[in-house]
Amino acid sequence: MEARLAALAPGLLHTPLLWLTLTLLVFQGAEALFRRSGAHPLSNPVLLSVAAISALLLACHIEYQVYFSGARFLHFLLGPATVALAVPLYRQMEIIRKSFAAIMVSLLAGSLTGMGSALALGWLCRADPRIILSMAPKSVTTPIAMGIAGEIGGLPSLTAVIVIVTGISGAAFGGWALDRARVKDPVARGLAYGTASHGIGTARAMHASPVSGAFAGLAMGLNGLATALILPALVSLLHIGALK
Amino acid sequence: MLPYITLLLLCQLAGEIITRLAGLPIPGPVAGMVLLFLGLVVRGRVPPELEKTSQGLLRYLALLFVPAGVGVIAYLDLLSHALLPVAAAVLPGTLLTVAVTGLVMQRLGRAAGEKR
Repeated sequence: MEARLAALAPGLLHTPLLWLTLTLLVFQGAEALFRRSGAHPLSNPVLLSVAAISALLLACHIEYQVYFSGARFLHFLLGPATVALAVPLYRQMEIIRKSFAAIMVSLLAGSLTGMGSALALGWLCRADPRIILSMAPKSVTTPIAMGIAGEIGGLPSLTAVIVIVTGISGAAFGGWALDRARVKDPVARGLAYGTASHGIGTARAMHASPVSGAFAGLAMGLNGLATALILPALVSLLHIGALK
Repeated sequence: MLPYITLLLLCQLAGEIITRLAGLPIPGPVAGMVLLFLGLVVRGRVPPELEKTSQGLLRYLALLFVPAGVGVIAYLDLLSHALLPVAAAVLPGTLLTVAVTGLVMQRLGRAAGEKR
């Protein structure tokens, strides 16, 4: 059996067919579980799918690059999907115009909380400064976060992982935090998801309501910009770089 | 549908070119989103086919993050060296950020609503 599998492997392992099919199957299974569990945080479809596929790859000793070479076709669609967020956003033009100042203030508050909490909690754990600096841009989308991490003296590849963990954490448990804080307004919920957990949070918000999704997309873009502008200044102000 | 998929790609491409030329600290797709948004503002309406195309893509936004998410396994070693601070900072820090952003917006949004 194993020999047969091994004979099958070289051809199939390197085709997108296998990995795309696997990803679609696993994701649909995860979505079904999510619905069945009544949207339980631990059954978040991204969390479940990533966990299941990771476990499978590790168990079969398949390298991530092999999987990604097939699954990258899905990954590519993130670009046009991000652009497509402009459409639901345009639908919310009225609210954006009326609440522009409120959006900016809450975004800034969230952005500073994101950076500040990572720096403070990392410092409390007596973590290595390079690790603290790798965590600081965790709430923003991967390419921005990696760029900032490199600039302030963190490890960009560690940042890439932390960004994903942050996204999944916010997407899975953000709703719980919002319920506890009694935030019911879909605009506020969307902004919160997007500010704290970038695109993965935006996907979660989009699932909850198109209004939340639109504002999450807006917050994702704005927090990327805010963090890129503020974090390097904040780090030099706090002399964290001097600990290097 | 095809013309609008092309439009999305064109916006993304223009976004990539603009951010690179101007050295902006935002990714190309985000700049592309701003471009399409401005285009819609100028146009004053959303073409129905564009609505359909964007809905189709956004409906499965979560799925599109799975391939990058699995990337965590490539860095398990690196992550295991930073396990304590990452575990202590990421989940609480993220939930705090979610709550603060949501609360501030809900308060300010309500205040703005009362003034209206």
